[in-house]
Amino acid sequence: MKKYWKLFRIMFTLSLFTFGGGYVIVSLMKERFVDKLKWIDEEEMLNIIAIAQSSPGAVAVNGSVLVGYKIGKMRGAAVSLIATILPPFLIISIISVGYSRFSENPLVKAFLRGLQPAVAAVIADVVVSLGINVIKKKEVIYIIMMVLSFVVIYFGNVNVMFVILVSALIGFFYSRLSAKGEKRC
Amino acid sequence: MLGQLFLSFVSIGALSFGGGLAALPLIQQQVVINHQWMSLTEFTNLISIAEMTPGPIAINSATFVGMRLNSFTGALIATLGCLIPSLLFVVFLGFIYFRYKELDWMKGILAGLRPAIVAMISSAGLSIFLLAIFGEAHDSFSIVSLIIFIAVFLILRLKKINPIILLLLSGGIQVVISSLM
Repeated sequence: MKKYWKLFRIMFTLSLFTFGGGYVIVSLMKERFVDKLKWIDEEEMLNIIAIAQSSPGAVAVNGSVLVGYKIGKMRGAAVSLIATILPPFLIISIISVGYSRFSENPLVKAFLRGLQPAVAAVIADVVVSLGINVIKKKEVIYIIMMVLSFVVIYFGNVNVMFVILVSALIGFFYSRLSAKGEKRC
Repeated sequence: MLGQLFLSFVSIGALSFGGGLAALPLIQQQVVINHQWMSLTEFTNLISIAEMTPGPIAINSATFVGMRLNSFTGALIATLGCLIPSLLFVVFLGFIYFRYKELDWMKGILAGLRPAIVAMISSAGLSIFLLAIFGEAHDSFSIVSLIIFIAVFLILRLKKINPIILLLLSGGIQVVISSLM
């Protein structure tokens, strides 16, 4: 019971303060559940993000459902989902009544602008840890894939779904090939 | 009308692959063009509010549109509609993953996906970094933001501090600066 309550509290706080898209909350989830609490290992977290990104809908919601499931099966998934949805749902319900006053408030604007560099730093921190681990594996093909994916997504505006499909295929065939190679030796 | 609201957001939820921005044209199609629940101006306001509040943009829009059409009931129905397709999908994929993750072909696929995911996160991070330092039109330069970025990054690398605290501090600093000016 204590675990579910903790899961709820963490997801609720993350969701409440996660401005600016799914990857921010996913980075924060990694920091909490992988680095701090060690409830999930890093590889599994990356797999979860991959699945969340491959499904329709918000990465934040999909990711939180899978993290919840990993931690506490169906009940964990439900707790995690509710905790993630509740903050934006309540905030929007309240704001929709007097929204122009809110969106034109200079202090609100300043606060949101102030979040940006910190959000960028949180993501940079996660990227550095994840990137180092990909490089440490010393599989040249995956290092190349990481750099190439970055280039086509950032500079080429290529649809991420396409990148996911191609990467999954390369991963599939590469693992088949190396498995065969090992057998022959 | 509640039924239509529900179905509209089910279709938005089912078709929005690839995250928030991919959903925007779908929402516009349903809400502004097909059903005229909102004018284009209201829709633009909705986008800025969805960006200014936490949470996924599709979910935020669903809550907002539902709330304006039929108050709390509307908000609930639209939000649920938006959630259901992706929930079904992600539970299905999750089921396959947790069941077969030890198999070689699945391990291969996941190993191939990991570098791409790191690349996607980096790409999102770089966009936010440039926005923070150079502003929306990339025509300004904020030394404060750059300092905050470096400071937060170093703190996170060296110490395991809850990043939410750093986010709030960073927002607070900007509020203080702008009210002094």
